[in-house]
Amino acid sequence: MNFKQFLLFGFSMSSIFVARTQNQPETSITGNLETTFQYLNEDSLIGANQPASIGLLNSYMNVFVTRGNFKAGARFESYLPRIQGYPNQFDGTGVGMKYIGYANDFLDVTIGSIYEQFGSGLSLRTYEDRALGYDNLLDGVRIIVKPKKGITLKGVYGKQRLSFLNGRVEYAEGIVRGIDGDLHLNEVLKVLKDKKFDLTLGASFVSKYQVDNNETYILPENVGSYGGRIKLRYGKLKLEVEHIIKENDPSTDNSYIYNKGHATIANFAYSKKGFGFLASAKSVDNMSFRSDRTKILQDVFINYLPAMNNTHTYNLVASLYPYATQPLGEIAFQVDLYYTLPKDKEWGKKLGGKYGTSINANYSSAYRPMQHGVSQFSSDSSRITYDSNPFDLSDSLYWQDINVSIKRKINKNFSLIANYYNIMINNDVAKITSDAKGIIKTNIAVLEIAYKFNTNHSIRAEAQALFTKKDKGNWATMVLEYNYKSHWFVGLMDQYNYGNPVNDLKIHYLIGTVGYVKESSRFTVSYGRQRAGLFCVGGVCRFVPASNGLTFSFTHSF
Amino acid sequence: MKIIAFSLLFVAFTCKTFAQNAEIGKSIPSVSITNAEGKAVNTAQIGNGKPMVISFWATWCSPCKRELNTINDVYQDWVSETGVQLVAVSVDDQKTADKVFVYSDAQQWEYLVLSDINGDFKRAMGVNNVPHTFLVDQNGKIVYSHNSYSPGDEDLLYQEILKLSK
Repeated sequence: MNFKQFLLFGFSMSSIFVARTQNQPETSITGNLETTFQYLNEDSLIGANQPASIGLLNSYMNVFVTRGNFKAGARFESYLPRIQGYPNQFDGTGVGMKYIGYANDFLDVTIGSIYEQFGSGLSLRTYEDRALGYDNLLDGVRIIVKPKKGITLKGVYGKQRLSFLNGRVEYAEGIVRGIDGDLHLNEVLKVLKDKKFDLTLGASFVSKYQVDNNETYILPENVGSYGGRIKLRYGKLKLEVEHIIKENDPSTDNSYIYNKGHATIANFAYSKKGFGFLASAKSVDNMSFRSDRTKILQDVFINYLPAMNNTHTYNLVASLYPYATQPLGEIAFQVDLYYTLPKDKEWGKKLGGKYGTSINANYSSAYRPMQHGVSQFSSDSSRITYDSNPFDLSDSLYWQDINVSIKRKINKNFSLIANYYNIMINNDVAKITSDAKGIIKTNIAVLEIAYKFNTNHSIRAEAQALFTKKDKGNWATMVLEYNYKSHWFVGLMDQYNYGNPVNDLKIHYLIGTVGYVKESSRFTVSYGRQRAGLFCVGGVCRFVPASNGLTFSFTHSF
Repeated sequence: MKIIAFSLLFVAFTCKTFAQNAEIGKSIPSVSITNAEGKAVNTAQIGNGKPMVISFWATWCSPCKRELNTINDVYQDWVSETGVQLVAVSVDDQKTADKVFVYSDAQQWEYLVLSDINGDFKRAMGVNNVPHTFLVDQNGKIVYSHNSYSPGDEDLLYQEILKLSK
């Protein structure tokens, strides 16, 4: 869309709203913006390069308008050039997302950019995370129909955003189309109404079309993916299972094999006041599903394969050895346990204190799936190279994480959180560093304290230590933060790689931050060294190179 | 060129009508998200004619959890003194969405907890990052918002709620 076209778009939008004058539903405009500027120095010690332009700038602004049943929205984006570590497919200034639509209780139609998820996302999820530079929106049409209470039908049709070059969205080659249905039986069947037993069924079908322009193989131009899901609830007990099958989909990811793919996710949850238990299992084989078979990394995924582990937040835990799903295949498990010591019981009070103590234990692991009858290409022209079954796992470990977090409020103003993590990651499969081979084992301890002097002054501190015999050795991190009047904050973080086997690389990564928050505006300025590492949100990660310099960022919502 | 000029005129005109509306505060956009039972909830209809706090959070966001756990300790007092209702909207995506209600139950939250798994409500409310807290008055208009949390912010939020309940 060029500038003129956009204005026309704005023009038609305005006409709609202006035409409906007095005593009409109220117009609501919301949105947000963010701008990040970096000024970077050369720092050869940590391998940080100064970009040719020295300064870097990322900005975007979302505007959403609703009036009665009408809705419209757009996002302007600008990368001049993109900030350090941001994916390289962002460049220029323009409109990255726009839609217009109409919705009432029966019907919801959107034309333009669509973010949608079917079931748990195994068949389709279009999603954005601006911090990561992840955006696989679908530009096209979406129709949602609710013919009856308890029944939801969805249909989508479009092309996925691949990149943003010279201020224009570039699309993936393939066309994506999908339908999804959700049936809440308790609302549809009178027999089940008001029963404690609650059942929802769902099914989806997603297909992509991409021309076969490959000279070596005869490729399927239409590839389908389909499956169903069931959601069972009995009081506080909940069980959810989804299974998706993907037709043969030769791609760069799977080295052009003709195997079918399959994925299953099962979740069991139980919770009551003060106690929560969650167990999940996942089995994935050959499930990379993109609207362009030649693409890799995080590009144009049609589906989403959630990593089955905790999203950690403390610096050393989150960014040194994180794990992302292996789309080609993995079998993973997770168990979560939450418990708050009862404050109304004598023993709970005695053990947990007057203000309470809560505990969270988490275990997750991932293994390589078993492959049966592995054949060599030469002996078999079908290019179906192995058989695999859901939850048929080998003993080859990809990932394991055992962690415990204990939070205790000592008094009204003072709280403590103690954490321990034992993490193993298979660096040959989920590669995160070039300095180690095989499984990296690490132990991490984090202690966080927060103290509120009064409404105007508070401090927070973290002490973190990571121990490992491989890679870059041991690390220690200190974080100090001071908040003043809820408007100002000053933070200081030092990450010290004191265990690095190379003496010259026993480096302090010191960074200071000053921030100002007023209502929904937030300014931050930070200066210092940033360690190279993985930056992850929701199981999607991107590598951020080391940097040294100034970062200014401003966010605002309206 | 003419098209551009005309469009600009119209955009300017529309902005003016928008500005007039903006003076009376913004309403909650209507988006469909889900509650603990997995049922669809229309965000435009969650208010009950009393002051309401909408707090965006995530299970992986420690300041968010700190804020909501702190408020939970005094929440009963807030409710009995002002009638305020707190709605905790989780922005956890598929990866961690299953933890949302298990966590909120285990922490004994008294709030209405909702799950915005696809980020629709987050986008419609213009939330850049969590925690982000909005205060909505008796007429469903947003009167105050705050991005980020530092200890003590809950006191300021409560002062704003008190202003409404007078």
